[in-house]
Amino acid sequence: MAVAEAHDLYRARFDALAARREATDPIWLAPIRARAMQRFVALGFPTTRHEEWRFTNIAPIAATAFAEPSITAVDRSTIAPFDVRGMSCTRLVFVNGHFSEALSSAGALGAGVRATNLATVLAVDPGLVDPYITRCASDEDQALVALNTAFAHDGAVIHVPARTVVPDPIHVIYLSTTSGAPTVSHPRTTIVVGDQSQVKIIESYGGPDGEVYFTNAVTEVVGGAGSHVEHVRVQRESLSAYHVANTQVRLDRAAVYAQHSFVFGGALARNDIGAWLGAEGIHCTLNGLYLASGTRLVDTHTAIDHAKPHCESHEVYKGMLDGASRGVFNGKIFVRLDAQKTDAKQTNKVLLLSDDATINTKPQLEIFADDVKCTHGATVGQLDETQLFYLRARGIGEAQARAMLVHAFASEVIDHVSLEPLRDSLESTLLTLLPKAALIG
Amino acid sequence: MLQITNLHARVDDKSILRGINLSVKAGEVHAIMGPNGSGKSTLAGVLAGRDAYEVTDGSVTYKGQDLLELDPEERAREGLFLAFQYPVEIPGVNNAYFLKAALNAVRTHRGQPELDAMEFMALVKDKAKLLDMDSGLLSRPVNEGFSGGEKKRNEIFQMAVLEPTLCVLDETDSGLDIDALRIVAEGVNALRSPDRAVIVVTHYQRLLNYIVPDFVHVLSEGRIIKSGGKELALELEDKGYGWIEADGAAVARG
Amino acid sequence: MSTSTDTIEQLATQEYKYGFVTDVESEIVPRGLSEATVRAISQKKNEPEWLLEWRLRAFRAWLEMAEPAWHNVHYPAIDYQDIIYYSAPKPKKQLASMDEVDPEIRATFKKLGIPLDEQMRLSGIAVDAVFDSVSVATTFKDKLKDLGIIFCSFSEAVLEHPDLVRQYLGTVVPHTDNFFAALNSAVFSDGSFCYVPKGVRCPMELSTYFRINAKDTGQFERTLLVADEGAFVSYLEGCTAPIRDENQLHAAVVELVALDGATIKYSTVQNWYPGNKDGVGGIYNFVTKRGKAMANAKITWTQVETGSAITWKYPSCILQGDNAVGEFYSVAVTNNMQQADTGTKMVHLGKNTRSTIVSKGISAGKGQNTYRGLVKINKGAAGSRNYSQCDSLLIGDRCGAHTFPYIEVKNPSSTVEHEASTSKIGEDQIFYLRQRGLSTEDAVNMIVNGFCKEVFRELPMEFAVEAQKLLGISLEGSVG
Repeated sequence: MAVAEAHDLYRARFDALAARREATDPIWLAPIRARAMQRFVALGFPTTRHEEWRFTNIAPIAATAFAEPSITAVDRSTIAPFDVRGMSCTRLVFVNGHFSEALSSAGALGAGVRATNLATVLAVDPGLVDPYITRCASDEDQALVALNTAFAHDGAVIHVPARTVVPDPIHVIYLSTTSGAPTVSHPRTTIVVGDQSQVKIIESYGGPDGEVYFTNAVTEVVGGAGSHVEHVRVQRESLSAYHVANTQVRLDRAAVYAQHSFVFGGALARNDIGAWLGAEGIHCTLNGLYLASGTRLVDTHTAIDHAKPHCESHEVYKGMLDGASRGVFNGKIFVRLDAQKTDAKQTNKVLLLSDDATINTKPQLEIFADDVKCTHGATVGQLDETQLFYLRARGIGEAQARAMLVHAFASEVIDHVSLEPLRDSLESTLLTLLPKAALIG
Repeated sequence: MLQITNLHARVDDKSILRGINLSVKAGEVHAIMGPNGSGKSTLAGVLAGRDAYEVTDGSVTYKGQDLLELDPEERAREGLFLAFQYPVEIPGVNNAYFLKAALNAVRTHRGQPELDAMEFMALVKDKAKLLDMDSGLLSRPVNEGFSGGEKKRNEIFQMAVLEPTLCVLDETDSGLDIDALRIVAEGVNALRSPDRAVIVVTHYQRLLNYIVPDFVHVLSEGRIIKSGGKELALELEDKGYGWIEADGAAVARG
Repeated sequence: MSTSTDTIEQLATQEYKYGFVTDVESEIVPRGLSEATVRAISQKKNEPEWLLEWRLRAFRAWLEMAEPAWHNVHYPAIDYQDIIYYSAPKPKKQLASMDEVDPEIRATFKKLGIPLDEQMRLSGIAVDAVFDSVSVATTFKDKLKDLGIIFCSFSEAVLEHPDLVRQYLGTVVPHTDNFFAALNSAVFSDGSFCYVPKGVRCPMELSTYFRINAKDTGQFERTLLVADEGAFVSYLEGCTAPIRDENQLHAAVVELVALDGATIKYSTVQNWYPGNKDGVGGIYNFVTKRGKAMANAKITWTQVETGSAITWKYPSCILQGDNAVGEFYSVAVTNNMQQADTGTKMVHLGKNTRSTIVSKGISAGKGQNTYRGLVKINKGAAGSRNYSQCDSLLIGDRCGAHTFPYIEVKNPSSTVEHEASTSKIGEDQIFYLRQRGLSTEDAVNMIVNGFCKEVFRELPMEFAVEAQKLLGISLEGSVG
């Protein structure tokens, strides 16, 4: 399928949906969707001529005629891999983009806290998302965000009122499963945390290995003044799937936000993460770990925008690339004229486990204020031979020594997750995924 | 202990404090609340002697002396302690080394002998326990690489070591999650004593659940527009600053 | 209320403490530069023919070279014909012992705190002192001789150990290396020479003090240090000059040769006269320093650069042998109108070679501080690693910090790490410390020394203390 045909396909599908949308969408959403569709057609699928997509060719996505999936009932066992043993939580499950009440379950939420799904909210209580949806993730120059806005019909909606501590974490699961033909879903997650409230949220994406599908996710997070949000994203899509996700975070005064992103799956995975630090005293952490092997491509673009004084941001991204896989990392930090006393630190470390793996890494600091502290560091390399030798000199076999070092490299990111059961689960996932080549050299 | 009379101050020609009157006696805990930009942090800064603020009128008497005449370090040595809203990082300067220098400066001023390294470490370990501080933080550079919570805890820890007579806490609660807030509040409460006064500057009532004040003052546009007991804080939390500001404006006009 | 500014103003007006002039009679070669000047210098030093030839080759090469312009320092054109290339304190007679050194000169070194007297033996540092262009005294020579260590002035080495000098001179910095190195090769007057034989660990710090005294003189000293296989030597270098309104040129060359398994630690505290507040006077310091490390050898450069109007130097390591290690630790301070363009080159040729760069730049007043570094990993340097850290501290808002790290990696099994930061010493840091009871002076010292800690701990103890003080003096007056 040519790219122009792809645009036509989505356009036609959008028009076909219009009638049904009239019944389900609140009135204010219609013009937003129409505009988003226009933006998508105007922008088109990004190509490698686009600076932000220079190293990531998404032609395979544009060239596939992904079908709209039908509502599928899946067996409870299908989502077993997402279970975090020993973690009591509220669980919201979406299958192929549709909410599954049967698979979802409630945990301790606290008074006034809503953990629900977009389709229901749009039908019965659209005011809950009206002030937020599309306010964080702009579709102005992001074709895929525009595509999501045009088509999204479901996804998690989490709303925590002011001065509320949510006792149990909330686990949002997006499962994709196809029955043959490649399908596309556009999950839309909205997270709103009120002033001085605390919540921990996990977003998981996944699907059975070998299946070809396209997840085009958008997540919007609004953190109120003095709020504490821990946000973990675990991407374990099928190794043949395409995953494009855009997460945009807006934070208010003295908010504390920490995101831990784990990318384990996808033939092509692209993550855009943006944080807008729009008031004083905010602490923002963006950490990430990505693994790739075979001919997979993992691309992460982060942007932290310091707009006001006295904010801190910390960013640690680690990648492990094996086989002929490719990694792309672009970390932008903006420090606006107003943002004196900013403290921003970015670290990007990549372990190349084979001769054919490649990485394009680019820290990009744009600083307009003069009284700031900004640091960036980048490392690209192999396992430290001296460390390896040290371990071997203590009698540890080479394979095990390599495994220990690779594991240590990766687990540093996992260690920052505060939920112990989730840490354990991520650790065991890591062990099954660590490239065998690294273990035997 | 502290007498603030008709205090006016400005920053870069912008007047921020416009006639503060406040009397703090030993043993009391005063909370100063107010919306952003009301002058809370300016007041804390003026008390500690920050250069950027220019006092244009009024006086501050502390333990019988003119506080405004003293250099910041003299105020500190006289027992005035400011817990910073944004604790400053000082790379390469070991936390324990810095604190020993500070403590010995204060002790020398008080006519007490300086502590040697052994005595100092014993004291510090004791105080670190009080705040549930990882003693590893002591050997790290001052505030560098500390999380927001660790920085605030470190402020209160320094306060515990320096044993000041007047403690000014500038938005110590901002950036703290509920658990850290409790620990910090416990640390402050442990320091409450009949010969020590505390001024808690905060935007939110939440901290005052844990550090219960004797008096609450509401600051708006550089003036204290309402004072009351601890219940005033709860009232503010419910109704916001709007109602009282409207009230205050009416009072000011009348 | 007295503000921190008062204290600082006071300290700012503090004068350059080493700025006195010593009144000694000097013997000079007439102003200007030609083949005749080169010949005259060589003749004064009774040099062998091969060295004169070498100098002349350098001079001819220099004539063909252009002064470099790629650096980030700006200064009025230097008139190379208006410099006196050779100035030596007139010897009263042949010196037989330390006691016979001109009392004026001894007094000078005493003022500088340099342990020339035997009574300073306890400090355990062997010193070679270079006054203007000539080495005036070397201490502890006999003790070192017992171990087979040669530590003497360069001129003496040329006469007494010509084979060693000839074997190594120009092998690390060739006479055609760059404009300033070529100039030095043509006209260098003296300097220090050191040879540590195989397997010998030099038991004391070796030290050279350089002093420019005479007016309108350039100082062109040359240091050659050879550590034979398995040897160890730690070498210190200090520099001062009197206050003069004119700029003076200093173009030195230092060559280090670390043979298999040898270790050389080379530490510099450079405190040439920086010029006054308005940028009048001061030394133009154009220096080429380079070391060659053979297999398993290690070279460490540590420098504290507080002086000079202009500093242009890149102490470098050629890591030629397998497993060779190169290190560079630097603190460079520019205050008032000072400019510094400094850094290092780490050239990895051998396998598993390692290099570490820690650079701390401090800019105050209108000072401009540039870090310029090259890390080059050649095709054959498998398994090599570099770690670079460049931190800049800005004091005030009229100064500048610039970082130019160049990285060339041609071997895929190598790892290069680079970290950089720029921060500002703020009123708020000082206020924070004062709020805890510390004086402004102590606060500034604490902050600056904290920033430089990683470099200071590489310096030998006596030097570290001196460096800390020096830094305090160079910067006081810059905050407030």
